Parts: sequence; structure tokens; C-alpha cells
Amino acid sequence: MAEELYELDENLPVNPVESLLRMDRMPHIWCPGCGIGTTVNCFAQALESSGLDLRKTAIVSGIGCTGRVAGYLNLDSFHTTHGRAIPFATGLKLANPELKVVVYSGDGDLSAIGGNHFIHAARRNMDVTVILINNSTYGMTGGQVAPTTPMTAVASTTPYGNFESAFNLPALAESCGAVYVARWTAFHVRHTTKAIKEALLKKGFSFVEILAPCPTLYSRRNKLGDGLAQMVYYRENSEIRHGADTKDVALEFQGKIIVGKFVDRVRPTFGEAMDRYLRERLGADYLPATAGGA
Amino acid sequence: MNADPAGVLTGAHFIDGDHACCEGAIAAGCRFVAGYPITPSTEVVERIAERFPRVGGVFIQMEDEIASSIAIQGAVWAGKKAMTVTSGPGFSLMMEHVGFAAMTETPCVFVNVQRAGPSTGLPTQPAQGDMMQARWGSHGDYQAIAVCPNSPQECFDLTIKAFNLSEQYRVPVFLMMDECVGHMTERVLIPPAEEISLVPRRWFLGSPENYEPFRAGPDMVPQMVKAGDGFHIHVTGLTHDERGYPNMSVPAQEKLVQRLHDKITKHSATIADYVEDQVEGADIVVVTYGITSRTALPAIERARKEGLKVGHLRLVVVWPFPEHRIRELASRISAFVVPEMNMGQVVLEVERCSAGKVPATLVGHTGGTVHVPEDIYQGIVNSRKGR
Repeated sequence: MAEELYELDENLPVNPVESLLRMDRMPHIWCPGCGIGTTVNCFAQALESSGLDLRKTAIVSGIGCTGRVAGYLNLDSFHTTHGRAIPFATGLKLANPELKVVVYSGDGDLSAIGGNHFIHAARRNMDVTVILINNSTYGMTGGQVAPTTPMTAVASTTPYGNFESAFNLPALAESCGAVYVARWTAFHVRHTTKAIKEALLKKGFSFVEILAPCPTLYSRRNKLGDGLAQMVYYRENSEIRHGADTKDVALEFQGKIIVGKFVDRVRPTFGEAMDRYLRERLGADYLPATAGGA
Repeated sequence: MNADPAGVLTGAHFIDGDHACCEGAIAAGCRFVAGYPITPSTEVVERIAERFPRVGGVFIQMEDEIASSIAIQGAVWAGKKAMTVTSGPGFSLMMEHVGFAAMTETPCVFVNVQRAGPSTGLPTQPAQGDMMQARWGSHGDYQAIAVCPNSPQECFDLTIKAFNLSEQYRVPVFLMMDECVGHMTERVLIPPAEEISLVPRRWFLGSPENYEPFRAGPDMVPQMVKAGDGFHIHVTGLTHDERGYPNMSVPAQEKLVQRLHDKITKHSATIADYVEDQVEGADIVVVTYGITSRTALPAIERARKEGLKVGHLRLVVVWPFPEHRIRELASRISAFVVPEMNMGQVVLEVERCSAGKVPATLVGHTGGTVHVPEDIYQGIVNSRKGR
């Protein structure tokens, strides 16, 4: 059935990022109005223009709506367990430093169940790019409250509104040691593409948070309209503030959204630090790891 | 394929089981280890941390056992042989990724230096209480391979065997040590590298157009490629088809899970490894594994001196369980005796395979120390009385 749906008119222009997608897996599972697909388009464009070797680029996802991203990209792609994309990526990267490793997952996956791995990878400055799609909820399981759900927002497990404080993810990433931190929304496609490209080319733990609408669960329950209405909200309430102090960028329910590049600094990566240190200590006895070996 | 001489400490050593396990892993070609400190397994990773920078390996101490057990799988998909090392509480945390390794057919080794539980239990003292967890600990249906060393020498030898089995069948393999074996110091002979034979990864050597990552040949084990080879593989813990793509249909589930099951059960005779002593003609057979195979010896000798025909069947590989051999014996002996440092786990398998033909007597122990041989002796004597 999928093939029939996609028997397109040959005269129609081809999606310019088609070669980066697994077209044999279309249609994707995302709902109409969902922002994840938009971010994938940004990612694909960023990857293409980054000049990175696509043979040597791997993408790792956890579980959830955004967790499905890995499976749609025509790269070495790994759809791992819930919250564990970062430690899988850590093993992948350390075992073959020639690989560019991207983690692409959701807010629940990376900041709740995977929160511990997130902070430690940032602390170690593990050389991976983490793209976190924040739709303020657990979409795949039906719209439960997440660590990113703003106060007062209704979710299926906070039927009277959320009374927990939400994570300020850029502040978390910065305080743990990330070398690149940016936030954009699915409305800001050009900025998002540019930020992803910068993050991909940055050595060390680079982090891009992208706010994206979940019209089916989050918006509907909170009477925020459809996907388009949420894009209008992003357009009208976002303020670009590059270099903003990340402690000032916390999100509030339908409040102002500070977007921009907040952090861009240099620290030795885990691999560099390990290599330098062991070489210094062990001298000629140090045998650095090489790729392969099984 | 033989071991890389650079990593093999050929010669006679006086080391404990934990250290021997580390040397076994290096000899087996393991060059990635992720771990988290936990008694009584920590010495394995401590030695790894010291040895790896000299042999081209990468060790990372992760933030927890959950992370360790998935980091090794990332490393495997990047082309390394990899293992993680833990004990009971950490083993519980790793169960999620035992299932992931089974589902994605990621060859890797989990070392569990067993201590007494449940929960935090007796962190510094031995038990064999995780045997059923090694078989059934992760959710869903899968098959497991578990090997049980009874000496530091075997901690070396069987770590290599664990790696070889994991590569041969593309499954997670458990090295089920215990605190006693882990901390016991004995002579360990490490042979020259050319005498250590290794199973290399089953690489696919063709071109990407002809490759489906999860299509298996007659032996039911697919060939592997690694990230960075240009194949653009997809690997998922979801039920998947031969391309590795998610497929949520009942036929896909049936086909995949049946193959994952069959690739071990249909090779169980090849995987089976047990040591027999006077089992032919025996009236009573004592079934042991791990350290219990040694505490049972004085009991078996004493019973033999008193005229009982006692055989000893020591399981080196516990999972898959040697059903065939137990069934055979059940049809011609009078009783099985199963001493184990738990309240009855492997004895259940012996009972199942005996199918009511002969009794299987458990000599249980809650752990904390090894059995007193006297208890096993009494078990042997009582097994006869019970008939």
C-alpha cells in the first residue's frame, strides 16, 4: 500500500533531501502538524551542506516519536532503547573515532529516562551531536507529562494541570559542560538548519533543542489549536537572543521563547583528553585504539 | 583465527579469577569495555583499565550499568569485540540491554561475578542466585548462552569461549562467575597466542546492493557489517524484517523470534559443554556448575568410598541446558543430586528433563559461603533413601 501511495507524478520536483531519506520507509508515522518532520528536513539539509562523509555518519535514536527519526535517515542508523541513545552513541564513537555520531531523540527520552546519560556525556564532552526535539510531552504513549511540560499545562497524567517545574535544557547542558548549545523552534527552519550544521561541525558535546508542536496530544489537550496555530505562537513569541545567559531561557506555558545560540566554547573532548593524558603518562607504552578489530 | 600475541601474557601466573577474566578478554580480542564499579567484580575492570591503554583497547567507566550494557553494543556495531562486567544489582539493571543484544543480534559478553542477593544482599560473598536471571531476566522470548567457570584458569579459558560463542551465534553470552571463583587465587597458564583460537566476527564481504543485515543462511545466523562501511544499515529493537526495518506484523514477529530461538536451540548439541566423571554405570549423578563442582568433590569421593555408585556431571555451559544428556541419564539412573548456591534454580531444569522418572534432590544454600561438603554428602545419601 505504501508504494501505491507514493507513485508520484514524475514531473513533480523531487524533494532535495530525498537521497538522505529512506524513501522505501515512507510514509512516516508522524501526525499532521507534527514538527518532527520539519526538523528532519532541517537536519538533512544541514548534513548535506556540512560536507561530512555520509558513509562515516551514524545516527542514534532512543524511543518515542522522535526516536523514529533514525529509521528514516539513509545513514547507519540505530534505534536503541528508551533513554539510552547517548550511551550507545558513546560506545560507537569511542570504538571508531572516525565516525560522526548524531543522537536524535525526544525530550522525554533524553531528559527523563535518559537524563543521567545526557549530563554525563556533556560532562565528559563526548564528541557527539545531540538534537533534542522538545514537543513538551510523551507523544508516542498518548500525551503524558514530561520533564519539559510547562507548569499548568494539561497532560493525560496531569489532568488538572502540571505542578512540576520544567527543565531548562540549555541551562542543564551548559552547566554540565556542553560546548555548543542552541535553541530554535520548528518555525525557524533556516536558523535551525544553520544551528544543526554548526553543531555537526563542532568538536565535542553539541546540543540543539528544537521546540516542535504536538497538535494531536499536547495542543489539543491544552486547547492551543492545530500545528499551524502553534507555529504562529512560535513566530509571535520567540525572541532571538544569541549569547543569552542560559539561566534566563526557561520556558513557560505559552510564554516568551528565547531562541538563539547560547554557548559556543572549546574544551577538550573525552577522546582528546584520554589520548593526551595516556600518551603523557605511558609514553611509548601507550597504544591508541584503532578502528575495527573484531 | 588466532589471538593477537600483543595482548597475550603467555606464561604461568598466580592470579585470581577476576584478573584471569580480564586476561581472557584481552586474549579473545576484546578491545572495548564499559563498566561500573560493583563488588565483587570490580577487579576485572580495574585490571582492564590498567591493561587496555597498552594493547589498543578503550575502557570507559560509565555512569551506571544501564549505560555500560548499551555502550558496549555501540562499540560492537563500530567493529569491536566488547564486554561489560558486573554483579547482581548491576546485572538486574543490564537486563534491558540483554534483550536489545538478543533482538539486534549483537555479539557481546556480560560477566556476572555473582554475590548473594536479593537486592544488595551480601556484596562480598558468593552465591549462584542469578542463574535463572541469566536465562530469563529480560522480557520477551529469547535464548541465552551461559558458561560457568570453577577456577581462575577457567575464568581465563571460558572468557575466551564466551567471546567465541557470542561471535559464532551473534548473541549476548554470560560468563557466570561467583565471588568465590572471582577472588580465588590459583595458577593460571596462559598459552602462546598461536594456541588460542578465536572465532572472528562473521563479516559480510559482498557489496551493499546484495546485503540484508538480518537475512540468515541455513545456520540461522546473519552476517554482519559495521557502521562506517557505507552500508547504511538500520538496527532496531523493534520487531524487524531482513532489511532491519520495523515490521509490526504477526508473521514478521513469528519469523524473527522463531529464528532467534532456533539459532541456539538447534545448535544446542554443539554448544553443550559438560565434564563427566564416572557417570557411565552410575546410580546417582551429582549435577554441578561453577564453584559447586569443587565443593561437591569431597562429598562424591566419600560416598564412593562407602560403595555408592556416584557420577559427577559438571555443566560448563549451563544455558542452553543439556536437556538431551539429562533425559538420557534419567532413563537409567536412580537419582540426581543438584547442589547449588541458591534455593533451587538449575535443579528445576534437571527435574523438568527427568520428567518424573527419577527424583532430583536439591542441596540448596542461601549463599554467603560455599557448601559444606557434608551437606552435599547427606544430599547424596538421602537421594537414595528417598526412592
